[in-house]
Amino acid sequence: MNGKPLVFLDSAASSQKPKSVIDTIRHYYEAENANIHRGVYSLSQKATEKYEMTRIKASRFIGAACAKVVIFTRNTTESINLVAQSWGRTNIHEGDEIVLTELEHHSNLVPWQMLAQEKQAVLKFIPLNPDSTLDLSNIDEIITERVKLVALAQMSNVTGTIHDLDAIIKRARQVGAKVLVDGAQGICHLPTNVQKQDFDFYAFSAHKMLGPTGVGILYAKEEILDTMPPWMGGGDMISRVWKEKSTYADLPARLEAGTPNISGVIGFGAALEYLESVGMQEIRNHELELLQYALDRLEDFGGLELYGTSDLSKRGGVISFNFPGVHPHDVGSILDEEGIAIRVGHHCAQPFMEFKGIAGTCRASFYLYNTKEDVDALLVGLKKVKEIFGRVLKR
Amino acid sequence: MSLSDSLYQEVLLDHYQNPRHHGRLEHAHLHEEGVNPLCGDEVELFLELDGNTISKISFLGKGCSISQASASMLTDSLYGKTLDEAKSLLHEFKEMLLEDKEPNFAEEYEDLESLEAVKKIPARIKCATLAWNTLEKILKKNH
Repeated sequence: MNGKPLVFLDSAASSQKPKSVIDTIRHYYEAENANIHRGVYSLSQKATEKYEMTRIKASRFIGAACAKVVIFTRNTTESINLVAQSWGRTNIHEGDEIVLTELEHHSNLVPWQMLAQEKQAVLKFIPLNPDSTLDLSNIDEIITERVKLVALAQMSNVTGTIHDLDAIIKRARQVGAKVLVDGAQGICHLPTNVQKQDFDFYAFSAHKMLGPTGVGILYAKEEILDTMPPWMGGGDMISRVWKEKSTYADLPARLEAGTPNISGVIGFGAALEYLESVGMQEIRNHELELLQYALDRLEDFGGLELYGTSDLSKRGGVISFNFPGVHPHDVGSILDEEGIAIRVGHHCAQPFMEFKGIAGTCRASFYLYNTKEDVDALLVGLKKVKEIFGRVLKR
Repeated sequence: MSLSDSLYQEVLLDHYQNPRHHGRLEHAHLHEEGVNPLCGDEVELFLELDGNTISKISFLGKGCSISQASASMLTDSLYGKTLDEAKSLLHEFKEMLLEDKEPNFAEEYEDLESLEAVKKIPARIKCATLAWNTLEKILKKNH
């Protein structure tokens, strides 16, 4: 990149894809392309089979009880909007409360703002400790009998904080609230089991876990999905259609209107196989090693402001930092010239930036393919930033 | 000279560290805000007029070095100039960045040439043009 070897440290935005995923998508278009669920001919049957196979693989990957509780969407954002529009509009009423955290991503914030506005419901926020972990000391006062839903990330995309979901779910059960876990950053880095961890809703995207863009998943407990009305009408989600009315299909089709991203879903199946062959615990261990290596060096570098907890058991492979006196975008441009891709800015988490009183951060994020050499390259790049801005910062 | 060296020259970093005409004009005749929502850069321009002449100009803002240095250079260039001169400078500046025209600024505006290197980093062009797009809104409102 820019004449230098690429150092990709932005997997929290979207991961790179293995050859098996790319080959699977290519093969579908070259040899198996047909619409699903409609054709009586073999080609369509085959596409349908492969598409549904990914549903089975995904349900196993997250530890769901069966495949029909896995709903395909376009991404995490659409999965969360599906819950807000279908379950939320049915179950949230005036005066009800929805609990979020100060560290939420916009996709797990704005849909609830919209719903709360429509229903005159109340949004409440779990505050943060200075190290960006959740402050649960007043959890009983925040999650009250009026709370119908607690929606929070499994792992923060800004600070890498892994939240203590058990404590929150325990409290939610006491008051009868449902819990939605935004797994966009969690599922790709952490072994996850939706039944053991007792999630009511779980939303995530394929593209952050080696899969293609345009494929997302919503998991929900079957008894909840059974009560959720369709939110988009059209093909595939119906049972019978008359001129004036229709009856709706069973799960999961009822919540999947229209021709989906067939090649993407099939490619996602290959991504899940890849992750399983490596092992999620292996991935977690690799990232922890990189994280420790990087944090040690960034601390030694001197003068950097680092965000997030130093307790690595509560943290995934994401490092957010600032170079005092230098705007994150300037850091990003200088690193880009060295072939180093990091994310800079507010990371779609503006409430957190407000909490910290900063414009944004520089964020380096790791995945299974990153190495210690990538971290070393980042440090070399940061030295260059220091040199360039040092010319004026010294005065 | 590398790309970032040619962009982050002394002149740009100096405007960033020591912004000219920074602050609010309480009795501004013309005022406009500009924001780049994706990165959050902000610029506010204040103009006082004496007839057709910009008798005072200032800016407030926050953001990256390019957006803020560009705003500082804008105010420095237009202090005491007429609205027509502002219009033609705006035109020349946008031609340099958006239409790849070789800049040929009058000597008093030569600081602006330091922003030419932004062209090579397309993602940052919107930073350099933020203050100028805000000026454009002001000029349109006034005509």
